[in-house]
This record gives sequence, structure tokens and C-alpha cells, in this order.
Amino acid sequence: MFSFCTDPQSLEGAAWLACYLTTGKHLDFYGAFGTVLLLLAVTAPVALLFGFLAAMAARARLAPLRWLGKGYMAVVRGVPDIAFFLFFVIALDQAIEWIRHKILCPDWSEPVYQGNDFVVCPAAKMPLSSAPQWVHDTYSFTLAVFTFAIVFGAFAGNVLFGAMRAVPRAQTETAEAYGMSRRQAFWRILVPQMWIYALPGLSNLWMILIKATPLLFLLGIRDIVYYAKELGGMKTQAYAYPHPDWRLWYFLALLVFYLAFTKVSQIALDRLMRRLNRGQATLGGQSGGAMS
Amino acid sequence: MTCWETLHAYGLRAIGIGERLLPRSDFDLCQQFVLIGSGLLWNIYFAVFALFFGFFLATAVGLGKSARRWWIRKPSELFVFVFRGSPLFIQFFLFYEAFVLLPKMGIDIPLGFTEITMETRWLTRAWLGALIVLILNTAAYSGEIFFGALKSIPKGEIEAADAYGLSGWKRFRRIIWPTMLRLAWPAYTNEAIFMLHATTLVFFAAFPAWRQEGDALYYASYFADKTFNPFIPYPIFALYFIILTLAITYVFGRINRRLNRHLPQEEHMRLKYRPKFIR
Repeated sequence: MFSFCTDPQSLEGAAWLACYLTTGKHLDFYGAFGTVLLLLAVTAPVALLFGFLAAMAARARLAPLRWLGKGYMAVVRGVPDIAFFLFFVIALDQAIEWIRHKILCPDWSEPVYQGNDFVVCPAAKMPLSSAPQWVHDTYSFTLAVFTFAIVFGAFAGNVLFGAMRAVPRAQTETAEAYGMSRRQAFWRILVPQMWIYALPGLSNLWMILIKATPLLFLLGIRDIVYYAKELGGMKTQAYAYPHPDWRLWYFLALLVFYLAFTKVSQIALDRLMRRLNRGQATLGGQSGGAMS
Repeated sequence: MTCWETLHAYGLRAIGIGERLLPRSDFDLCQQFVLIGSGLLWNIYFAVFALFFGFFLATAVGLGKSARRWWIRKPSELFVFVFRGSPLFIQFFLFYEAFVLLPKMGIDIPLGFTEITMETRWLTRAWLGALIVLILNTAAYSGEIFFGALKSIPKGEIEAADAYGLSGWKRFRRIIWPTMLRLAWPAYTNEAIFMLHATTLVFFAAFPAWRQEGDALYYASYFADKTFNPFIPYPIFALYFIILTLAITYVFGRINRRLNRHLPQEEHMRLKYRPKFIR
């Protein structure tokens, strides 16, 4: 990176550190923090959408749809989330390849499950084995986003379902008295009012989501945990920058990153809560203090 | 192999008793049920001991956070902030690396008249090292719950205790502590369920599964990797965990009933299986 970094052996002290911290791999490491933020930025709205659909399904008048929504929320929340991460990554991948296999190779006669193997025709591989590296990376990242969204959608669905029920019944009754249909009352009265009730639960969920991001490592993504393990491990004299086992310091840095991130989120969410509470007929809104 | 033989060979495999080699081919349903079930022993071990030791530490942390002296309050607040603000996954890695760096042979602690040698090599093993992390983690979350409960103890109860001449330890033991537990219990049940779910992280974070003795999720992912079929082991795993979650809800519900037994019947806070995951 710097001009004086050409010969690492001759460097000492601060210059060595400056060069060490700007190697290509370290720059990838810093980029991985961007991956985490990108994951959060994409997953949060998608999970919210999943949650909204689940909450709508759980309120539906059609019984099977109601069971589907409630079952989804109950099962995902009753089982450790890490199991779902491990499960969905394989299951989604196999589902996609199986569908492509059925469409692209209709005259393939052998079964897909052969003993202990899952075999589809080469054209149905996802992504194709000839595809460049970035396609593979994007594909696995998309699968990860989808997995996170499925798991956290169930949590969000639970929060939103509770929030919809927390809106005073009189509000919808008034809407019905004005002649609104069920659909109109839902979109015009219930949905705009439910957010204030949903916000404490959703902000808690945001915190859990932040703290779940290191699990990307388990999904085979080169995230910050991967690089911390890679870079921190002992480097012998064969490497340009030899150093003893520094993994402790790398993980300490990750810890500090997460502490700062959750702290900043906490402050921002508290502010948002105070702002939304202003003028509401709730305890937090009337006393002027923050509701926690 | 009949199912009975499988149960004999692998029923206690997770704690090192029985067949040494894991099944490698011709997996049947019985093997998966038995081996994942035997891994469950680890989850129960971690959850029970972490909750037991964590409970006492959490009480201390909750009291520490509401202490009037700053040199008790500040460390408690820092402890809660660090362990609640960071992912458990990172905590596992951090503690594991720290334990690895400790001197291999043991630390001599001079006590004046004698010296005790603390074995450090056990700390890198999951049964002790991961347990310590889980205890600290659950203590921080439950400590915050207990702190909230302490703040919402009705003032009248404390005034009544003063009027009866209770003070210090007696007032805490007879009035403050039972009321705190009663108020905190629904949230604490939630935390217990979450702790049970968190135990599955142990063997997927830093701590290695020694001699392939892992927890339920370890064996579930073993089968999924070997058979390329995630649709059998993971549902078995999920089934076991739903049963365990229901068991926790039942036990904690019984305790809740006992804590509230002096109150009028209608005021009983019924515990339902409805985890809210406030963490």
C-alpha cells in the first residue's frame, strides 16, 4: 500500500504495523465488515416483509392460511436458529437445483438421491461450475440473506401480530361504522397505527439480528470471523509478516466492533422511540420520558 | 443392526461410552434418532449447569447494578454491557483463544502456607471452557432481568419490612429476593429457553468436539453432511428441542406457581409456551 512497504523484512515498529495492517488480505478483512453491514441492510427489510406476510396470514379468515402463518412462527421460534441456518442453506440449494434439474433435464433417468449423494445433471448445477468466482460469492450471499430472512421473519411476524392486536379495537370498529371494508380498515387504520406498538419488539429484534451476523461464518461466507481466524493464526518466517498467534487480538477487535455497533443502535432506537411517542396517548408519550 | 443394538452401541456415544467409530454408511432412521438423542445429553448438561451457576451470579449482578456505591455499580454495568452487547459466537472464540494462550502446565497460586496448582488444560475443553462462557453470558442477561425486577418491587413491601424491624440480610432473604424472583420469573423462563438454544453453538464456534463427542446439532449436521439429505436429521433435532423447550416451560411454570402461591388465584401469571425472545 505505502511506498516503503516493498521490503517487509527491513521494517520495524510503527512502519511495520502500518504495512502489516494494509496488506491485501487485511483490506479484504475490512471489506468483510462491509459484507456484514450489507447483509443487515438487505436482510432487515426482507425479514420485515416476511414477518408482515406471516402476521397477515396468522390473522386470515381462511383457516389453513391461519395455521400456516401460526405454524411458521411457532416452529421457527421453538427451535434454535443455528439449526435453521444449517438446514436452509442446504435445503434451499437442493431445492433450487432440483427444480432446475426437472426443467432443464427432463429426460434424465437416474434418481436424484443416489445412496448418500445428491446428483443433478451438470446443466442444473447452481451456479454452473464454469461460472466466475463472483457469481459463486453472490449466490451464497443471496442464500444467506434468504436464510436470515426466513428465520427473522418468524420473529418479526410474532412482533407485528402482537402489535396488530394491540391497536385499540375501537379504532377498527369506528372504521367499520364508517363503512370501510375489512381490507380498507386493515390498510388505512390498523397498519398505520401498529408501528408504535411494534417498535420496542422490532428494535429488540434488530439487536438480535446484529448479534446473529457472525453466524455467516457457518454458512461458508468469507466474513469477519473467517478473516480473523485466517489472519490471526501464527505466521512463520515463510510469510512476509511473521507473527505469533494473534487471534485473541483479532477477536477482541471484533468484540469492540459489535459493542460499538449495538451501543450506537441502542442510542438511535431510543431517540426514534421518543420521537414516535411524542403526542401519543401512551405512558411514554404523556410523561415525555423514554419508554423502555 | 437392530435398533436395540444401535441403542446399546450409540446411546451414550456423546459422552464416550459405546462404539468408538460413528456409522459411516447405510444410515438408518434409528441410528439418527439414537445418536442425535445422545448428543442431547451435552445440551442438557450445558443448559442445566449454566443456568444453575448463572443464577447466583445473576443475582449478584442484579444487586450490583442497583448498588449505591459506584465501585460496585460500575463494574456490574460494564459486565452486563459487554456480555449483552456482543454476540455469544464471538465470546466463544475470544475465550477459547484466551484459554489456549494460558500456560499449558497450570498456574501455581501461592497461598502463603501452601501452593495450589490450577489445571488450565481443561479450560480449552468444551465441558469446562464453554460452560464458563455460557455461565457469564446467561448471568449478564438474567442479571439485567433481575435488575429490572428489583426496581419494580412495590415500595410498600419494603416499608412494611422496615416497620417489622427487618433489615440487612434478613430483609433481603425474606422480602426483597422472593418478590424479585416472582416479578422476574416470566422473563427468566424466556432466558432459560434461549440459553438452551444457545448451547447448540458450542461445538460450532471455537471449541472442538473431542473424539467426535458432540451435541445434538453436531450429530445432526454430521448426518446431513454424510447423506446430503438435510430433511431427516434436522427435523429429528427440531423434534427433540421442541420437547425440551416444553419441558423447561413445564418446570419453570411449576416454580412460577409456587412463587405466586400467596397471591389470589386470578392474579397468577400463567406461563404459556410463547417465547418472546426479549434479549
